[in-house]
Amino acid sequence: MPAITLNVNGKTVSVDVDPATPVLWVLRDHLHLVGTKYGCGVAQCGACTIMLDNVAMRSCMLLVSAVAKRAITTIEGLSENGDHPVQKAWLELDVAQCGYCQTGQIMTAAALLKSNPNPTDAQIEASMSGNICRCGTYLRIKEAVKTAAKQN
Amino acid sequence: MENFKTNNSRRAFLKSSLLAGGGLMISFSGLAKFSLDGKINAADLPGEWYELTGYIKITQDNIIKIFNPNPEFGQNVMTSLPMIVAEELDVDWKKVVVEMGPHDNVKLGPQFTGGSNSVRMYWKPLRDAGAAARNMIITAAAQTWNVPAEEITTKAGMLYHEKTGKSGTYGEFASKASAIPIPKEVKLKDVKDFNVVRHSQKNVEGVKIVTGKPLFGLDYTQEGTLIAMIEHPPAFGMKVKSFDAAETLKMPGIKDVFTLKLYEDGYEQAGFDTRTFNDLLVVVGATTWEVMNARKKLKVTWEPKGDTKDKMAGRGGSREVLVPGALESTATHFAKMKEYAAKPAQLLRKDGDPETAFKNAAKVIERTYNAPFLAHNCMEPMNCFAHVADDKALIVGPHQAASWIEPTLSKVLNLPADKIDMQITRMGGGFGLRAYGHTFVEAAIISKKVKAPVKLMYTREDDMTYGIYRPMYTATYRAAFDANKNLIAFHVKGGGIPENPIHANRFPAGAVDNYLAEGWEIPSNITIGAFRAPRSNFNAAAEQSFLDEVAEVMGKDPIEFRLELLKRAKENPVGKNNEYDADRYAEVLRLVKEKSGWSDAANKQYSRGVAAYFCHNSYAAHVVDVVKKDGQPFVERVTSVVDCGIVINPDAATNMVQGAVVDGIGNALYGEQTFKEGVPEKNNFTRYRMIRHREAPKKIDVHFVQNDINPTGLGEPPFPPIFAAVANALYKSEKKRFYNQPFSAEFQKKA
Repeated sequence: MPAITLNVNGKTVSVDVDPATPVLWVLRDHLHLVGTKYGCGVAQCGACTIMLDNVAMRSCMLLVSAVAKRAITTIEGLSENGDHPVQKAWLELDVAQCGYCQTGQIMTAAALLKSNPNPTDAQIEASMSGNICRCGTYLRIKEAVKTAAKQN
Repeated sequence: MENFKTNNSRRAFLKSSLLAGGGLMISFSGLAKFSLDGKINAADLPGEWYELTGYIKITQDNIIKIFNPNPEFGQNVMTSLPMIVAEELDVDWKKVVVEMGPHDNVKLGPQFTGGSNSVRMYWKPLRDAGAAARNMIITAAAQTWNVPAEEITTKAGMLYHEKTGKSGTYGEFASKASAIPIPKEVKLKDVKDFNVVRHSQKNVEGVKIVTGKPLFGLDYTQEGTLIAMIEHPPAFGMKVKSFDAAETLKMPGIKDVFTLKLYEDGYEQAGFDTRTFNDLLVVVGATTWEVMNARKKLKVTWEPKGDTKDKMAGRGGSREVLVPGALESTATHFAKMKEYAAKPAQLLRKDGDPETAFKNAAKVIERTYNAPFLAHNCMEPMNCFAHVADDKALIVGPHQAASWIEPTLSKVLNLPADKIDMQITRMGGGFGLRAYGHTFVEAAIISKKVKAPVKLMYTREDDMTYGIYRPMYTATYRAAFDANKNLIAFHVKGGGIPENPIHANRFPAGAVDNYLAEGWEIPSNITIGAFRAPRSNFNAAAEQSFLDEVAEVMGKDPIEFRLELLKRAKENPVGKNNEYDADRYAEVLRLVKEKSGWSDAANKQYSRGVAAYFCHNSYAAHVVDVVKKDGQPFVERVTSVVDCGIVINPDAATNMVQGAVVDGIGNALYGEQTFKEGVPEKNNFTRYRMIRHREAPKKIDVHFVQNDINPTGLGEPPFPPIFAAVANALYKSEKKRFYNQPFSAEFQKKA
């Protein structure tokens, strides 16, 4: 297998994997970036959300061969010190319960605010409805997105 | 001031925890293995911690570490339980470092998350531990300063002696304090003096969560770890007959394919050793994706396993339980439930003469409620890391009850419990499922077989089709009225596959002169387990919907009607063993009436439903406000009131209630697992509908009854009544009653 070169969180990395491997498993198993979560494997829950050239993508069905040379941002690379406005808002609202889905929620929210810095409630609901939170923290997620939008 | 004797033998674990304190000095290297956070580096931390009770360690530099004893699955114990220790220790919460404790029942108590018991179970022991450690530090300072201990005061981790003007940090005396004998008796703070507890504190793992640090079982790994997956039968009632792994073994990264038995023949199962599939077809390989892919190449012949027997440990010795082999379908489940509902059932409670009252009644109403199997669908699928060697085992994974799984592992691996190092990770949800140990046993026996560290992982499909569901339930309620529409008799007869749901001694038992409760069960090979507020989650849905209809027949407001029944239960209770406190039950109803503006004309625009319930020692009531959105009913607002005694961490508690409301609405409207010829029909979120962001209410107002009662459960109590509050609001909106969960099936058909 020829090595695949990726741009992850601003760094160039090389991985020796089957080109059909989903980005999720390259991140978790090969690069040990485990902040991106596995939840369903079929792009239905959003736990595996990353940004690809600043657009939210579900990494569990995204083939690694399709993302070479594109900028991948994971939760580990969203900010250097965990101080991205979305992360800060998540802490301020103390959103998490179990916390498992929250990195995916944060990546979706961060991508939304990049393309739309002042989303309406309806736009937030539409963007965030691809991310399941089994603990039911949706109200706080919405408040946190609005709080982050104000900080922008 | 409360006094508490630390030599209380009824709580042996507290006693042990205090006794374990004296003189122990532990270096950080001994703790490092408990941390999953790669950031923690022994070099960054002070060399010596002085242990003061099993829950507290302090350095000379006054860094205070508090261990959380109980597994965290989102209920906030990692923050809330150490807050209780910090309160009595009298330290500045901002300077406290919290760490997950090791699995050690001697030092840290039962370490079981479930039954909304964490705070209730640890409230006193943690207060005692904090107060005992404070007492030891004061004694050390008194000896050093040569002043009476009674004259020393503390504040935020500092000691003061006013007369001499001396002061010092806890850390300065930690070494000396750790050698001081455990006090026989400690004084606890007056509740009114709390300054940590009852004050909202942020989640101590918040930063790790939002930055994606490895916290969860699925994130744990070690060098050389192999990935394992189990190809389980496609249907309940099936087993592996034969398999051809030739194509699988040719796939890159694949190490081995083999079968193993979960339990050997004749194994006596403990209560949480539930087995769904005993013959495990295992694929082991290098990486997750390689194993996922290679599994698809397996050629397996499955066969019906026929009737089997489970040998279950029981209080009166072991017993055999027959597990029927037939392949089951949801349609036949309904038919069978009807058949059983018509047969005589087990008497659970009887007050007065219900038969005569029903015979002589001027009016009788009868309603039947149904609810489906539910999958837990924790966002983190089941998984476990195991490294089993000949003489020891390391088990790391997300579980609610290490102490229940360890004895099973000990038997299955034939290793003494002290050779099994079980480490507790944060859980990506649990909801009851993670009290069951099969995943841990599976990982351990796979590791033993391949002689390597193994990470057993369930895919979402595995997780959703592996059983241990919330059971399927039904209940028929009857109410009898006299000519003046007074309620004179109440009858509930309920059953389930395979468990009877009825709580016979709960409201309205105690409030009706003639009362009858009966139950029945249908055996099944579909395995079941605890699911957020087991049985209550159905009983509340059915009973509180039925009471809404009873109130309607009587021409009464549903809240006033319930309050009248509760008044009766308080003043002149019927029968014995009524589980609830009528005053506290009534208070959540009175408060939800007030807070929701139940009588306000301004709220007439909403279709409103109310429900209340008592379970897990706490009381909850909700008012649900439904509106029409795109022609469909939509839960727009919820007002919730909970009485769980003292609330430890109010903002986190509010979050928990809001989450329970969203979870309840989701399961009431959409949750359902169905079967055809033994095959679970929903295997991923493509078909299993979960409540989404846009379907959640816009607003959930949460109120706690303010009292100084020792804290009780919170994770479960707000969940059961939301189902009925939704059903009662839907009735107002849709002008028809909803008897069958999931409710959305009915209005979607219409749309």
